[in-house]
Amino acid sequence: MSWILLVEQTLNGLQFGVMLFLMAAGLTLIFGVMGLINLVHGSLYMIGAFAAAAVAAATGSFLLALIASLAAAAAAGVVVETTVIRRLYDRDHLDQVLATFALILIFSEGTRWVFGSFPLFLDPPDYLSGSVSLPFGIEYSRYRLSLIVVGLAVAAGLFWMIAKTRIGIRIRAGENDREMIGALGIDISSLYTLVFALGAALAGLAGALIGAIQSVQVGMGEPVLILAFVVIVIGGIGSIKGALIGAILVGLTDTLGGFLLPKLFALFLSPSAATSVGSSLASMSIYILMAGVLLVRPKGLFGGV
Amino acid sequence: MKREFLLNGGLLILLVVIPAVAWFTDEPFLITLVTRAVIFSIAGIGLNFALGFGGLVSFGHAAFFGLGGYAMGILAYHAQTYTPMLEWPVLVEGTNSMMIIWVIAIVVSALAALAIGALSLRTTGVYFIMITLAFGQMLYYFTISWSAYGGEDGLSIYVRNGFPGLNTMDPIQFFIICYVLLLVVVYGVYRAEKSPFGLMLQAARQNEDRVQAVGQVPYRLYLTAFTISGAITGLAGALFADLNRFVSPSMLSWQTSGEIMIFVILGGVGRVFGPVAGAALFVLLEHSLGGLSEYWHIYLGAILLGVVLFARGGLFGLIAGREVAHD
Amino acid sequence: MTEPVLDVRGLTKRFGGLVASKSISLDLRTGEIHALIGPNGAGKSTLIKQIAGGLQPDEGSVYFDGTDVSPLSTAARARLGMGRTFQISSLAMDYTVLQNTVLGALGHRGDVFRFFRPVMKDKKLVQAAENALEQVGLAEFRAFRTSDLSHGQRRQLEVAVALTLEPKAFLMDEPMAGLGLEGSQRLIGFLDGLRSKAPILLVEHDMDAVFTLADRVSVLVYGEIIASGSVAEIRSNPTVRTAYLGEEDAG
Repeated sequence: MSWILLVEQTLNGLQFGVMLFLMAAGLTLIFGVMGLINLVHGSLYMIGAFAAAAVAAATGSFLLALIASLAAAAAAGVVVETTVIRRLYDRDHLDQVLATFALILIFSEGTRWVFGSFPLFLDPPDYLSGSVSLPFGIEYSRYRLSLIVVGLAVAAGLFWMIAKTRIGIRIRAGENDREMIGALGIDISSLYTLVFALGAALAGLAGALIGAIQSVQVGMGEPVLILAFVVIVIGGIGSIKGALIGAILVGLTDTLGGFLLPKLFALFLSPSAATSVGSSLASMSIYILMAGVLLVRPKGLFGGV
Repeated sequence: MKREFLLNGGLLILLVVIPAVAWFTDEPFLITLVTRAVIFSIAGIGLNFALGFGGLVSFGHAAFFGLGGYAMGILAYHAQTYTPMLEWPVLVEGTNSMMIIWVIAIVVSALAALAIGALSLRTTGVYFIMITLAFGQMLYYFTISWSAYGGEDGLSIYVRNGFPGLNTMDPIQFFIICYVLLLVVVYGVYRAEKSPFGLMLQAARQNEDRVQAVGQVPYRLYLTAFTISGAITGLAGALFADLNRFVSPSMLSWQTSGEIMIFVILGGVGRVFGPVAGAALFVLLEHSLGGLSEYWHIYLGAILLGVVLFARGGLFGLIAGREVAHD
Repeated sequence: MTEPVLDVRGLTKRFGGLVASKSISLDLRTGEIHALIGPNGAGKSTLIKQIAGGLQPDEGSVYFDGTDVSPLSTAARARLGMGRTFQISSLAMDYTVLQNTVLGALGHRGDVFRFFRPVMKDKKLVQAAENALEQVGLAEFRAFRTSDLSHGQRRQLEVAVALTLEPKAFLMDEPMAGLGLEGSQRLIGFLDGLRSKAPILLVEHDMDAVFTLADRVSVLVYGEIIASGSVAEIRSNPTVRTAYLGEEDAG
């Protein structure tokens, strides 16, 4: 019985990891290409979720809601990039942190002003609710399974885009050598806007997809943002591959840590002490993972020079 | 240089005059507000020691602020419930003596800063920012799940801790304690900035190769600065907890780290008095804008954005101009 | 003959397929100026970095003052007495000229972890710093902000900071660059006298300076020392003439 639970928790961890990847991919691309540390990413996640919830409430269509999340987050991304972010590329990291922190304050309070403090709800559509039967008698949420599939599909699409398409070549050129893209005759500022909008759209999509499991509310973006930072630090900043592996590692550690650690401590502590110590440690486990990775590789698993 | 001196003096005088007037006109709320600014100043001065002098962009200083707060909370909690903190191997009791609490808050946050710094300083740049942020979050989640001391709800202390010869529950007397501590910290940091350590640390911020070429190791300088920085911020945390007679995980949240950074930036990075000006301005904004609109963080965000984009030296930069190299 | 102060044995450094240093051996003896010349990209700075620390060679070792310093950090080598000046000025740009020099004297004395006494009121340190500035001719600029100095003056300041370290040997990476005729002449005169205090490994592009000052010259081309000897020997060496000096004359 217990191993079925274990498989289910592993799938949950995978699902969480895949969603973290959607966030982390944008962050790591934006850092890799533009050298920008971008705290606003959490706000774009939130904007995606709110847009989806509002459209779903108005039209009843989940698919339209997802499209709205992509569009709203990308549009918000283009607006911030062209008005504020663009001025930050040449600044030091401190200025970038502070300016994007200021933007979080503006976006969060702005959203609260428009939508109020009460959480909105976004329900998965009927055709994705309920559970599916997997081999070996495992029942698993159809919606969460879809998230894993969608997430992996987006990841595959992203890898394909960067490896094969013209945009991808430009992005890689931008990561390696900024002067080179200028020499190739590429309009740098529209490339930057495009990369930022792409990252924003992925964050918005993640917000909408997760919003259907949790509630949609102001402040939902920042915990995910910080986890996404942990992901890209573990994976190596700038590496999409690192972001994917880091995201799955963090997703699994977080979910399985919460599940397994209390059980582990129950072997030699009293039940209440085991729950308390185990859950304390579980809540810290991803940070311990990160510290461990950095002790061995200060630039992350796939960080270059 | 002269303008900066006047500004420094003016700030210190203002921070005394307002509570003094408020005491005469019997407005304890105003005294508490200034006390809040004074405590934030100390926290900001702590961060500035690492950020301004050492160039270490720590996004996790809320951890030290919170640890100072919890040092106070836990010691006072055990004193008020008459339960020992530890029975074995030695009996450790709680206390409600402010001075002992300060010492413990300073030691605990210094040790935490030493450990976090030792790991984080292996990295630089963005990695350092994100790692300090992550360590802050780690302690934040730890306090949330630490049910013995209130978990998410935090800990309330019914009576403010004691200081010999003073009634700390009287706002003006507690203000005086905080203000004197601010003076001590300002003086200490002012001396440290001009000391041999200060010269070498600020050189490392400007050029690590230079520091190595004269036979010194930047890592040791940074780690020392980070530890001192954490200790000062920890002291501020203990005072803040005493001011509110309450400590909760929100003291360790990443927003708090951001706010401590704002104190430093609004005032002016790398100047001893910068965080004092920044914290005072922050509390002023919080109070005046907070009265204006429930959504005052929008205005705070706009102001911060403006300072970062257009007034990089903060308040001091605007008023006192470019910092002159001092001889 | 006495033991060399600096003894570099078989240093090899590869970057991917590129060999930046090819089994380089050279030494520096008491009282001499040993010049290292070579065209741009020959690997001079890479070699200096391996000697001073900061870049670990793939093979070979560096002996300084009789000990193998290969495992030591840059800072540890500096404390043992390597006085280095940088090709690209590495100074604290926001500091005054005097502060930068006091920094050197402080680093050399070593009691850095003191937090209370103002360092600029430490008479011994300031005295040592002012002496060094006097020697390189920067005394009148002591209160200038370093970022306001010309490139040539920054090089002079680099030398002054190295002097405060009272080193056993100097490693100077192009100290003449950007100096102008008069400045170069003065620095040449100064380095000429300095060699009696501590020997100098001098990387330099200015051939007049090299031929005036050097007791020995080594020529580095494509990461390899192709010739080493007295000024006269190097001038008449046919390989050097075609590989390097010829280019200089033509250019």
